[in-house]
Amino acid sequence: MSHLAYLIPGWILLVGVYGIVTSRNLVHAVVCLSVAQSATYVLLLVIGYRRHATAPVFSDIKPTGDVVDPIVQALTLTDIVVGATVTALLLALTVQVAKRRGTVDPDRLRSLEP
Amino acid sequence: MSPRGRLIVFLLGGAGFAVLFVLGTVHLPDFGGTWHPYGERTVSNAVARHTPNVISSINFDQRAFDTLGEELILMASALAAVVVLRGVRAEQEETAGAHEYGPAEVFDALRITGYLLLPITLVAGVYIVAHGSLSPGGGFQGGIVLGSAIHLVYLAGDYPALARIRPIPVFESGEAVAAGAFVLLALAAAGQVTAMNAAVGAEVGCAVVLVLAKFFEQALLVRTSS
Amino acid sequence: MILQIAVGLPFLVATLLAGTGRWLPRVAVDALATLTVAVLIVLLSLVLASGGTTVWLGGWREGVGIPLVASPLTLGLTLTIAVVALAALIVSWRYFAEVQAIFHALMLLFTGAMCAFVLTEDLFDAFVFFELMSVVAYALTGYKSEEPDTVHGALNFGIVNSLGAYFTLSGIALVYARTGQLGFAAIGKSLREDDALVTLAFALICTGFLVKAAAVPFHFWLADAHAVAPTPVCMLFSGVMVELGVFGVLRTYVLSFSRAIPAADVRTALLVFGSAAALLGGVMCVLQRHIKRLLAYSTISHVGLLLVGVGLLDEAALSGAATYFLGHVGVKAALFSGAGLLLNRYETVDEHDLHGRGRSMPVTGTIFLLGGLGLAGLPPYGTWAGKAVMEEAGGVWLTALAVVASALTAGAVLRVWLRVFLGAGPSRSDSGDHEEAETRFKLSRLPWTMVAPGVVLVLGGLLLGLLPGHVIGRAVASYAHLEGPVPTPWTPAGVLSGLLAVAFAFGVAVLGLRGYAPRVALLHRLHSGHIGDYVAWLMAGVTVFGLLLIAR
Repeated sequence: MSHLAYLIPGWILLVGVYGIVTSRNLVHAVVCLSVAQSATYVLLLVIGYRRHATAPVFSDIKPTGDVVDPIVQALTLTDIVVGATVTALLLALTVQVAKRRGTVDPDRLRSLEP
Repeated sequence: MSPRGRLIVFLLGGAGFAVLFVLGTVHLPDFGGTWHPYGERTVSNAVARHTPNVISSINFDQRAFDTLGEELILMASALAAVVVLRGVRAEQEETAGAHEYGPAEVFDALRITGYLLLPITLVAGVYIVAHGSLSPGGGFQGGIVLGSAIHLVYLAGDYPALARIRPIPVFESGEAVAAGAFVLLALAAAGQVTAMNAAVGAEVGCAVVLVLAKFFEQALLVRTSS
Repeated sequence: MILQIAVGLPFLVATLLAGTGRWLPRVAVDALATLTVAVLIVLLSLVLASGGTTVWLGGWREGVGIPLVASPLTLGLTLTIAVVALAALIVSWRYFAEVQAIFHALMLLFTGAMCAFVLTEDLFDAFVFFELMSVVAYALTGYKSEEPDTVHGALNFGIVNSLGAYFTLSGIALVYARTGQLGFAAIGKSLREDDALVTLAFALICTGFLVKAAAVPFHFWLADAHAVAPTPVCMLFSGVMVELGVFGVLRTYVLSFSRAIPAADVRTALLVFGSAAALLGGVMCVLQRHIKRLLAYSTISHVGLLLVGVGLLDEAALSGAATYFLGHVGVKAALFSGAGLLLNRYETVDEHDLHGRGRSMPVTGTIFLLGGLGLAGLPPYGTWAGKAVMEEAGGVWLTALAVVASALTAGAVLRVWLRVFLGAGPSRSDSGDHEEAETRFKLSRLPWTMVAPGVVLVLGGLLLGLLPGHVIGRAVASYAHLEGPVPTPWTPAGVLSGLLAVAFAFGVAVLGLRGYAPRVALLHRLHSGHIGDYVAWLMAGVTVFGLLLIAR
């Protein structure tokens, strides 16, 4: 039953991708993309978890080996900030699509093939 | 493809992926297990280097090259968002009439609260950046706090004041200079955790301010007369 | 130390340009960017001359730190990247009438990211620089944000590639959970058993790389992005960025998974995906009338062939694939620069609109002719030499695939040459879209800086087949140990297949002029520009790849 925790990121990823596939609004699609990204964070953190362990910061406790895995925390931390700015870039592109084409509905955007 | 065709392709792919994922994750080590060899090595390295915050030690000392890459992604996306949203001036000329961003009508209580919270939040942000190697925090987190803090001015209802205190060219250059400093630190002097935190904090703060500035310009442009 | 300087220099100058660029004159910005890449080439050559090196960054040793491994193979790749970047920057001198310094900063970041991706031997670090490369690519694609198609194409590119990268990160997390390591070599030592987790992790990690490599069905974004990106950027995309996806798959398998997953399983999966790309790319290529889109589909096809050659996981085929890659770089980058010249002079890249108008541009026409012959695989082009060696390793079916795919793509390019530069074929009255020129003024005489890089690149690709085989054979030895003599392309079968492909290509070109085109409305409907379609196919592709890995 402990492996249930590993299935949750898989579910979040599928939900995010489903959102993009059935999206009727590009802003919604970009936000679903960040939902899919958060699945990777959850997966990383779930992998790094250690029962009855504390955070890997020794400002108020003596250094001990009984901490959760700091590697995945470091990976996730930088990824979150980066994900925010990449989402900003994609949203900026969406704003421009809205202005130039007058719509953000993927169904109404015409194909790029002439 | 029709929406139904699209959904069918996705359902087939998603079902297959779900099966593969479940079959694969069954073989993962138990949740909450104690086998994390790389993590334990980094903890002892951080303690040896007198950096109590192990995560900061990993980010700015042991795996500084990764953080360099992430920094540059941040800078690239922020500058790219600025460039992509650059058409505002032309649009202003296209639609006739004067434009301005006016201050909003808000309650006095809201305005005073915003102005009081601003210096407190800024100091908190600087604290988070400066103590990144000692306690939870660091450049990334503190930078976000700093970048968002000055927008309390906008939340207090005074967008023109916000526009005055954050000239875009200054923040663009500030971001680039901070990123350049980080490149040098990461490649030549990895391990200077405090200095790197400061560089990252400056860079992230500037990036957040820049991106929000361009989005605000797009959203709040108001035509006052025609 | 030289390697760190080489890696950090493009990044440092990029930040400098980003910070001070708005106050510098255009000449200074151009000069600084070009000089930086030139210095990068010199530094990388110095490291290559000294035999290569391994640098553990920050002084942290194995098991904790991140290594940069400069071997002949990786240095060869980074030098190729730098040379194409130099050519692209030289083309952009006169290509853009007005451009902000941020463009040059992004180009330098792009070059630096690709070099760092190649040099690093840590899995997560490779992912980080892969992401950097991708994000800068989205930015460069969407640079002309006034055009509606540009931002639409950049957005499709951004969403699909980001999603692929997130799949890769999931795979990396799973590998970390199993092995507790993040370095390629360290993972390779720990991964021994072949169970469902290892297969899942490999499939997920390869997803991001295969999306970048535009393997079918992950390929939909490439044509959209290439059609709208500025020409110097397309040179880099088609020349090196897409191919780095194939390198990512190769490196991950050889260094990390080769003791866990048997080569036969991986071979099946890669061959299926590569062949699909080669054929679909070729067919779509013939159907295009927008020249840049046509070249984009030819990239899909040729990188599909590259994936097949690499996917054979065979020593001889790998040296052939490396030669093929180098030949393709020269030819494809030159073709894109030629397309850019047409776009600049006539403000359109629609084949029918340009009917006969290329007669006043003989040098550009020569670039198209030489490029088309290179894509077909005429001896002694590098593309021919690589293909001949791959065919010998792969057998009859690979030969047939290569001949058909190159005949289709080269046929389309030669059709363009015949129609635009010789005025052959009937002229049609319907006109395609009017594109805004990427330069806002028309140059009466094309400056040599815009033409010369293309000429030099295509000549390089042409002469590459004359290079003695052991130069490249020795470089790939770190990945595949060649026993015995290096295979040579100068065999009767090799020369014959090359000439056959050229003959078929001319046939395809002439048929195309007469108006014969397969009526495949279904294919056009599939390439709809709709992001939901692209992502649905991505999901399906991940599942198919995983199933092919499991299937025995």
